[in-house]
Amino acid sequence: MKYDIIVAGAGHAGCEAALASAKLGLKTILLTINVDKIALMPCNPSIGGLGKSQLVRELDALGGQMAKTADNTLIQIKVLNRSKGPAVQALRAQIDKKEYEIEMKRILENTQNLTLRQGTINKILVKNSKVFGIETESGLIFRSEAVVITAGTFLRGRIIIGEKDYKAGRMGEYPAMNLTRNLIDLNFNIGRFQTATPPRIDKRTIDFSKTIVQYGDREPLSFSFWDEEKIYENIDCYLTYTNKKTHKIIAQNIEKSPIRSGMVDTHGPRHCPSIDRKVINFPGKKRHPVFIEPEGAHTGEMYLQGLTTSMPAEIQQKIVNSVEGLENARIIRPGYAVEYDYVIPNQLNFTLESKNIENLYFAGQINGTSGYEEAAAQGLIAGINAALKVQGRSHMVLTRDTSYIGVLIDDLLTKDLIEPYRMYTSRAEYRLILRSDNADIRLCGLGNSIGLITDCQYEKVRRKEEKTNKLVSKLQNIILNPDKKNNEILKKIGTSSIDTPLNIYKLLKRPEIRIYDLVDYFIGKRSRYDKGVLEQAETRIKYEGYINRQLAEIKKLGDLERYYLLPNLDYFKIIGLTYEAQEKLTKIKPNTLGQASRIAGVSPADISILMLNLKGRSKKVFN
Amino acid sequence: MEAEINDTIVAVGTRAGEAAIGIVKLSGSRSIFIADKIFKSKNKKKIKDINTYSMIYGHIVDNEGHLIDEVIVTVMKNPGSYTREDVVEINCHGGIIATTKTMELCIENGARIADPGEFTKRAFLNGRIDLSQAEAVIDLVRSRTEQSLRLAAKNLRGNIKEEINRLRKNLFDIRVKLEARVDFIEEDLEVTPYQEITKEIIKIRAELEELIMNEKKGEIIKNGVKIAIIGKPNVGKSSLLNLLSRKEKAIVTPIPGTTRDAVEEILYVEGIPLILIDTAGIRKTRSTIEKIGVDKSLKHIDEAELILLVLDGNRKLEQIDLQIINKIKGKSIICCINKIDLKQKLEVERIRNYFSEKYIIKISALKGKGIKKLENKIKYVILGKGDIDLEEKIIINSRHKEKLEEVKKSLNRAVEAVENKMSEEFPSYDLKTAFELLGEIIGETAREDILEKIFSQFCIGK
Ligand SMILES: Nc1nc2c(ncn2[C@@H]2O[C@H](COP(=O)(O)OP(=O)(O)OP(=O)(O)O)[C@@H](O)[C@H]2O)c(=O)[nH]1
Ligand SMILES: [Mg+2]
Repeated sequence: MKYDIIVAGAGHAGCEAALASAKLGLKTILLTINVDKIALMPCNPSIGGLGKSQLVRELDALGGQMAKTADNTLIQIKVLNRSKGPAVQALRAQIDKKEYEIEMKRILENTQNLTLRQGTINKILVKNSKVFGIETESGLIFRSEAVVITAGTFLRGRIIIGEKDYKAGRMGEYPAMNLTRNLIDLNFNIGRFQTATPPRIDKRTIDFSKTIVQYGDREPLSFSFWDEEKIYENIDCYLTYTNKKTHKIIAQNIEKSPIRSGMVDTHGPRHCPSIDRKVINFPGKKRHPVFIEPEGAHTGEMYLQGLTTSMPAEIQQKIVNSVEGLENARIIRPGYAVEYDYVIPNQLNFTLESKNIENLYFAGQINGTSGYEEAAAQGLIAGINAALKVQGRSHMVLTRDTSYIGVLIDDLLTKDLIEPYRMYTSRAEYRLILRSDNADIRLCGLGNSIGLITDCQYEKVRRKEEKTNKLVSKLQNIILNPDKKNNEILKKIGTSSIDTPLNIYKLLKRPEIRIYDLVDYFIGKRSRYDKGVLEQAETRIKYEGYINRQLAEIKKLGDLERYYLLPNLDYFKIIGLTYEAQEKLTKIKPNTLGQASRIAGVSPADISILMLNLKGRSKKVFN
Repeated sequence: MEAEINDTIVAVGTRAGEAAIGIVKLSGSRSIFIADKIFKSKNKKKIKDINTYSMIYGHIVDNEGHLIDEVIVTVMKNPGSYTREDVVEINCHGGIIATTKTMELCIENGARIADPGEFTKRAFLNGRIDLSQAEAVIDLVRSRTEQSLRLAAKNLRGNIKEEINRLRKNLFDIRVKLEARVDFIEEDLEVTPYQEITKEIIKIRAELEELIMNEKKGEIIKNGVKIAIIGKPNVGKSSLLNLLSRKEKAIVTPIPGTTRDAVEEILYVEGIPLILIDTAGIRKTRSTIEKIGVDKSLKHIDEAELILLVLDGNRKLEQIDLQIINKIKGKSIICCINKIDLKQKLEVERIRNYFSEKYIIKISALKGKGIKKLENKIKYVILGKGDIDLEEKIIINSRHKEKLEEVKKSLNRAVEAVENKMSEEFPSYDLKTAFELLGEIIGETAREDILEKIFSQFCIGK
């Protein structure tokens, strides 16, 4: 059986990879351990959040699927950080998990060139450092030009609850036990991480009167740029807190906590610690928040965000019952920790292709990340690049100055991971430009040239950009005279009057003024402009100084990103580099000088020296 | 960090053996344009119009039209120059102060201060130097950018390096607080109120200003201060110079108009080099030689950072005295009433209309009276209140100074952002910029991990 591309694992990364590759016209097979478990959300029932929502938007602008499926299956949506600037606002949706799985499976099944198939990958078939297919545990061989591994937490997965442990990829699912062995044989460096999930409880047993209701937003919103924004019928979430009693139970039983008992000694994500760890590390804190979130519209299972633990099940029950409103709550499934192997991602290129084995790609949690969005974003990049490579087209690389996806991949390739990687806005140094509201403007052109964004979609974005430009120059050209009429309007808007003529572009820079006011009073016909156009123009004008400074910074450093470093460069032969730099560069083998400059231990002087050396031999090889 | 290669850089060099001539070198695509903006030749000829490898004589003039120095400019156009870029060399004659000022003008007009070794690096990158010289260049870059940066940082003496590190740490801590409020908004964290954070930024800004002020003192220590002794003939200017410098350098006679050419003397007052300039007495004169001297005196008035105006206590105030007072208006002035050993005829009341009591000192250059008081006053005017503790003397070069000013701008923006109720990500960006600039001064370029700190400081994980 011969395919162009094999994708192994149908989680969030695998689905995006397979869809991208199939849509680009490649014969694609998506292999997964259990076809009843596609695009599962084994942890929190939500998509988006700070930093993550930017990833989802970018994915959407490049032609990915996640945002659309989220729009179709969400049961609550809200804007986070609404009181802050546009760069750090984020969408987050509560998702109906089952609906999401069903919807994603439906899409996979209805995509041309895409075959869905149950099977566990056992071995990657490699010849002359180039992949040519895979072998499943049942001994079937699939041949292909490229392989994308998106195996999530399944590599030698081990689940821990209290003093018990099982071999499993997720609760109740078979792990992939042999792939790690195979990867080690192929000379991959493997690390091991841990992550955990809280218990789920029965909705009927919660006393909601003791909790604080968390409403969704009632305004037109959508994750995808291509879906119409609409007001959703939101299902509520609830907030309660742990208390002294909770913390006492945990303290008394701490020896049974896997983090203490030695059952788990790998690193877990610090952004998502267990309640056990929170109580140990922050004894001074009197209470910790617990968000109660529905797992879906058709189930009574409720997720307890903040109460992650892998204590023995009976202690979990006590912990839950100590919390206000949960006194009588019954656990449906206990929380657990899972430990798994991951491929240390500095062995990959920016395309997520392995540096050592051609046409072999890795994406998602197997690369040491955490989160559905981080996984999906990588899946898309790996899928696109695998497809481009097979088609003989040039690769697609996103850099830190273009996108959060660029930040994600650059961080994975450059930093030493000490825990599963989660995106935050603070990771993106150019976040004032990399906003979720302009992801379409930033990336649709690229998506279109790849072939995942239609001309029609791209045209729509171009029009939005054009209209924004026009509106901005229009605002520059409308000059207000300091007459009585105008000053009365300004007073009504809630800003101070003017005593010299002022264009409304400058006026808009005043913090208290919104573009809507100006358009209403001085241009009229607000309806002529889309909300998107108005907001783009407003952001561009209001934050002009900051945006320009970031652009200047990018321009200044941008050159470095264009110096490509050959993978076979012998850094120990480069005179003048410090030993530390030589070691680090050899270990990480950066793709570009820009990446090299971000490696801890490589100084600006080292970069100068690299530049000099490259230039010396550049004529043929570089540029 | 590395900057793009096509911007225009500037640096000061001296020609071997000719320390008096400072050369301001520009290299890059805009170097001719920049030089033309600050250079005026007699016949209005522009640098851009002259041939490569030719020279042109003229003046450097600042944006307000003040004359800075008379110079000879050499142009070497790309690719014939050392760096294979357009290079302009401005040969200054006015000593360190004029040279520095000329360089600052280049920066104001768009040049960037060159990194150490950058001219050589450009020469190499542009293929001017061949590969066999690579090693030497690398050594240069390595030692200059790193060691000298470190060395320079060490030169900053423990104190200032510590000070910069402390400022950086404080900036970092503020950013941690700001970022916690951005990315962890739902975490129920006990974070500092926003307005409190402004106070912290303002405090850091004040500390930075102090640093810049100290730095200015450092500059003074390094380059000295020009002090011109001005007055009509025969009031005792040369006598004052001799007294202050404790040398018999200037010729003293009872004949008015003795000093024709300016006499310079460097003396150290508590370690600070004072460049004292005795000038020709100012009066209307027919003698051409003396006229040149008088013109020069006027020029010295322009350049000096401090003027010692000498009046003769033994004579009534004259029209020429008032004219001189008028000429020096706006400068820092100490008014010395000399010859107090003789009968006093000067109308001190009238003098008080022009100078505050604080800056009027009565002396006798002949008898050496009031001289200690004058020295103290000079020190006070130059250094402000706080004494310079020479143990703490700070030698920062203009590269650092430029950075510190940029840091201040960033802090100003951060404060403004908070005051304008912009949300945390904006001041945080400004503080990050400030943090990185400070890092460049002390050679610390590693990125700090904000998240790391947030995780250790706050209980994250809702
Ligand atoms: N009694 C008295 N005589 C002084 C004093 N200071 C200077 N003289 C005398 O005044 C005369 C002029 O002194 P100079 O120092 O040459 O004066 P100047 O201002 O340099 O004069 P020009 O160079 O001609 O402009 C000399 O005979 C000095 O000895 C003073 O404090 N007391
Ligand atoms: Mg004299």
